Amino acid sequence: MSVNYGSKRVVTGAHYGLRDWLAQRVSAALMALFTLIVLLQVLLTSGPIGYESWAGIFAAQWMKALTFVVFVALAYHAWIGMRDIWMDYVKPAGIRLVLHIVTIVWLVACLGWAVQVLWSL
Amino acid sequence: MTELTKKRPEFRNINAFKDLTTYRLPLAGWVSILHRASGGLMFVLLPLIVWLFDTSVSSEISFDRFSSAFSAGLGFVPGWFFKLVVLALIWAYLHHLIAGVRHLYMDVAHAVSKEFGKSSAIVTLALSIGLTLVLGAKLFGLY
Repeated sequence: MSVNYGSKRVVTGAHYGLRDWLAQRVSAALMALFTLIVLLQVLLTSGPIGYESWAGIFAAQWMKALTFVVFVALAYHAWIGMRDIWMDYVKPAGIRLVLHIVTIVWLVACLGWAVQVLWSL
Repeated sequence: MTELTKKRPEFRNINAFKDLTTYRLPLAGWVSILHRASGGLMFVLLPLIVWLFDTSVSSEISFDRFSSAFSAGLGFVPGWFFKLVVLALIWAYLHHLIAGVRHLYMDVAHAVSKEFGKSSAIVTLALSIGLTLVLGAKLFGLY
């Protein structure tokens, strides 16, 4: 195999398996629950969904807080998923590092934008 | 090791064109790789998802722009193409969610037999593709 010890050691992380396995499950369950909550609110609105009823769902403070948590959960969930994909298919550490950075920047940017939308309501 | 020892073969990256096309995937395998693909697709479309949320929720005017994107299109993108992309997003979300729930169920119930893998995979595919067709028909105005 490749020389990967001493000064040639490539550190790609360790001891995160169980934590991320659990985090992915917990964030998934949270997002599924959130989907159900939003779906129920949409289905239980009488008549066609106009702007008022749709935006109204996200107006309540508790809903904003829950939605924020779900956004953060999504970002971490997506990070774990994409990291696993890069890890499986991209072996050169340098290229994978760039992809990790791009992934994190992508997710943090989307998260920031979504939070901004949520709190300008 | 001695010089006579044969060098062990090294298996590196899977060659997408030579190796992937030769595997026969069981149904559970299809659900699994589609779970990964749908997740990746949603990751790539995440800015669009946030845009959909932003435009639909910010104001009456932006909501109108949101609705018209599905009919008149958005910039240089025609309405029907926009709908196709949203349909892909709908499928990706449905498949990822249902396959994910299947994972959670297997985790909790320890239902890891080959038979359950097959039957739950059939349910996953039927439900996700079925719902995609139903919602897609609504999206394209078929009912």
